[in-house]
Amino acid sequence: MIYRECGVFKATYGADMAIFPIPLDRWGMILILIVAFIGMPFLASDYWLSSILIPFLVFSLAALGLNFLTGYAGQLSLGHAAFMAVGAYASLILYGRYEVPLLLSLLGGGLVAAAVGTVFGIPSLRIKGFYLAVSTLAAQFIIEWGLTHWKWISGGVFGTVDTPPMQVFAWPIDTPVKKYYLVLCFVVLLTTFGKNLVRSQVGRAWMAIRDMDVAAEIIGISLFRHKLLAFAVSSFYAGVAGGLITFTYYGAANIEAFNLMVSFHLLGMIIIGGMGSVLGSFFGGGFITLLPIFINQFARSFGTMLRSDLLACIELIVFGGLIIFFLIVEPYGLARLWQTLKEKLRLWPFPY
Amino acid sequence: MLQVEDIHISFGVLKALNGVSLEIHKGEILAIIGPNGAGKTSLVNVINGVYNPAQGHIFFENQDLTIMPHHHIAALGIARTFQNVALFKGMTVLDNIMVGRNLKMRSNFFAQGIYWGFAQREEIRHREVVERVIDWLEIEHIRKTPAGMLPYGLQKRVELGRALAAEPKLLLLDEPMAGMNLEEKEDIARFILDANEELGTTIALIEHDMGVVMDISDQVVVLDYGEKIAEGPPEEIRHNEKVIKAYLGTARQK
Amino acid sequence: MIFAVEVVIGGLLVGIMYSLVALGFVLIYKASGIFNFAQGDMTLFAALALVGFLSILPLWLSIIGVLAIMIVLAIAIEAIVLRPLVARPPLALFMATIGLGFLLQGIGQGIWGTDPKGLNIGISDIPFEVKGLMISQFDLVGAALSGGLVFGLVWFFQKSRTGRALRAVSDDHEAALSVGISLKKAWAITWAISGVVALVAGIMWGSRLGVQFSLSLIALKALPVLILGGIDSIPGAIIAGLVVGASENLAEVFVGPYVGGGIQTFFPYLLALLVLWFKPYGMFGREIIERV
Repeated sequence: MIYRECGVFKATYGADMAIFPIPLDRWGMILILIVAFIGMPFLASDYWLSSILIPFLVFSLAALGLNFLTGYAGQLSLGHAAFMAVGAYASLILYGRYEVPLLLSLLGGGLVAAAVGTVFGIPSLRIKGFYLAVSTLAAQFIIEWGLTHWKWISGGVFGTVDTPPMQVFAWPIDTPVKKYYLVLCFVVLLTTFGKNLVRSQVGRAWMAIRDMDVAAEIIGISLFRHKLLAFAVSSFYAGVAGGLITFTYYGAANIEAFNLMVSFHLLGMIIIGGMGSVLGSFFGGGFITLLPIFINQFARSFGTMLRSDLLACIELIVFGGLIIFFLIVEPYGLARLWQTLKEKLRLWPFPY
Repeated sequence: MLQVEDIHISFGVLKALNGVSLEIHKGEILAIIGPNGAGKTSLVNVINGVYNPAQGHIFFENQDLTIMPHHHIAALGIARTFQNVALFKGMTVLDNIMVGRNLKMRSNFFAQGIYWGFAQREEIRHREVVERVIDWLEIEHIRKTPAGMLPYGLQKRVELGRALAAEPKLLLLDEPMAGMNLEEKEDIARFILDANEELGTTIALIEHDMGVVMDISDQVVVLDYGEKIAEGPPEEIRHNEKVIKAYLGTARQK
Repeated sequence: MIFAVEVVIGGLLVGIMYSLVALGFVLIYKASGIFNFAQGDMTLFAALALVGFLSILPLWLSIIGVLAIMIVLAIAIEAIVLRPLVARPPLALFMATIGLGFLLQGIGQGIWGTDPKGLNIGISDIPFEVKGLMISQFDLVGAALSGGLVFGLVWFFQKSRTGRALRAVSDDHEAALSVGISLKKAWAITWAISGVVALVAGIMWGSRLGVQFSLSLIALKALPVLILGGIDSIPGAIIAGLVVGASENLAEVFVGPYVGGGIQTFFPYLLALLVLWFKPYGMFGREIIERV
């Protein structure tokens, strides 16, 4: 009875199609936004802001991008981190070398990544299934090689390019709080845009392609346009995320930060968080970001400080195990679990 | 309205269609019948653009469909349903039918991302059309159910709704009544007739139930082994020697 | 000129070893319709186990020990991961094998440690001469062993009753069930065979490169071989392996210096992409025709 869904009648189609049709959901979201924008900077320590919240937001954004491509449009992509790398280097070059204003540089990084992503999306027009999945690995390896070997970009194989100090419209962005705000604003805006996309015709077309592309084509949905659009949009989000995390977290662009393992982490995020769900991307992003911390705390409670490589092994085991677990138990991930929980609350305390 | 000329198509060594020609006139209901494997679905697939014929042409309102990109064909006003329900199982009924409106929607990618404004107004407009279709097909109670969870009969109805939502000039139905009981068949038959009379949609349907075929169609084409063996109004076909031979043992007249 | 031939031969020999790894994938796919992304991690696991055993047991006992482990592992995988996912779309199973790969990586390295280990099974690495060409003895033995195993597997699948049953399962689970083939057994057998392949591949590659994390990346090399040849074609895996091995070597040696080297990591993928564009199911893969 706390979480009421019945008794909520919609008088217009517009109201029915709103992002949060249930008032409690809406208030919940507003509360979260208030906490995020106003509460966090006061409540959270610098450590939390810079080492937990920022990576959480950025990786959720990248995971959202991957969700568009894999969760909504059904094109499995195993090399997504490579597009983050493209965005990272591109935005860094724009800002550091050509002195393009920071906001434009970040968006520019996204656009460059989108262009690259579209090119690597071309195989999806002819190739399907496992063959396509393996081809997406090509993106990971080719881009890794290209970024490190092309001197103009990286300054050499071992080059890590440091980020110059940031400023937006002559405000310096030097404290964790300011960096947090920068990331938060980008994430909120892009997530809203993304949510709108998936509840519009674009999202429906993507899902149609995912479910049965032959039928989708016959209805008149251009596979060419929509598949490439999916690659472009998902790469854009990855590129912006790559730029953001380079500037606000790593402080330098380094190809190792976007290696194959990161690509698999992103995939794990959407499997565990929920494919085909905007909220799921955030669940997954939060989960994977917090996982190492949980494991560490858990081990500490036994009094031992784990050697870092043993910790890494445990992470792998938990990560792999969870992927399998979720695929078996709840293939729609945490997002579906959350929905089920809400539905149970609807009738609580009278479940039947 | 639609002229099929001399279509040949093979799958490996199996010749599915061997020089089939027929014509569909505006506003009529044409039934395509024949024993299993006669090539009926293949014919519809060729018209629709799922397959490219090895030989032959198809003209729809004087445009050659065989040389067009496949997703353009739908834009000309041809919609269809499939033999093995091709619904998008991961989406709700409402979304499935909304996808049918795809070609009518104009807002571009950016407008949709921003949503509030042009795109939202357009969504609402098309939602109204889709709701009318839903009302008409009497499926309001399941509009938010994921299509994959519906019983077979309702799935077929939703698929019909998706096809109708596109406001097609020509509607191709591939065994719309397969696997249904008597009541469901009557419902679908009624919808088909209503679509033809009220909306003026030309309809071509593949069907095995002879009773239905005799009742609702204006014209019947009979295929067997990839060739057309008879064509004419239902009464003639019923007494046609060749047709009876082809169906030997399977016809159950009402 | 001699040098070029040596490069090609070296590449071909390595290629056979790629084929072996790719074959592990093909077998599992052919028998269960599952694309086992964990194959590389299985290889690493087998190699780690072998090194672990070798420190306390003689060679032949160690090999038997690892074989036993791989068979037990196969049964466990079938029961815990595969059976619950029987009715799911192939992509879900594929992602499950990705998770499985991580699981094996974590367990293997957790038990036996992450530092690189050497694996010496008594084959020397001294090159010998044939008609003026230098050929690595090790590569030759590796190729011979791999080739032998490949032949054995092909014979098994084509000629033996069990092999036929496995092929039936891959084609259609339910039909196979209806003629009395036990899915459970079929899958356990397939994964066990694949485990054996992983062991041999692990021995070969482990001796060559040392046993460490990067061993599982060999699977990543075998993937382009797999899609180049077609994921359900045994001859495809063999031929594609040779092609990839030879061409990657040639590319690295002759094109590499102009572009800064390191081409071998992505060249096979590029090659596979190009071929796939014209043949979306690989050179010999079976085309899937969707019926609407």
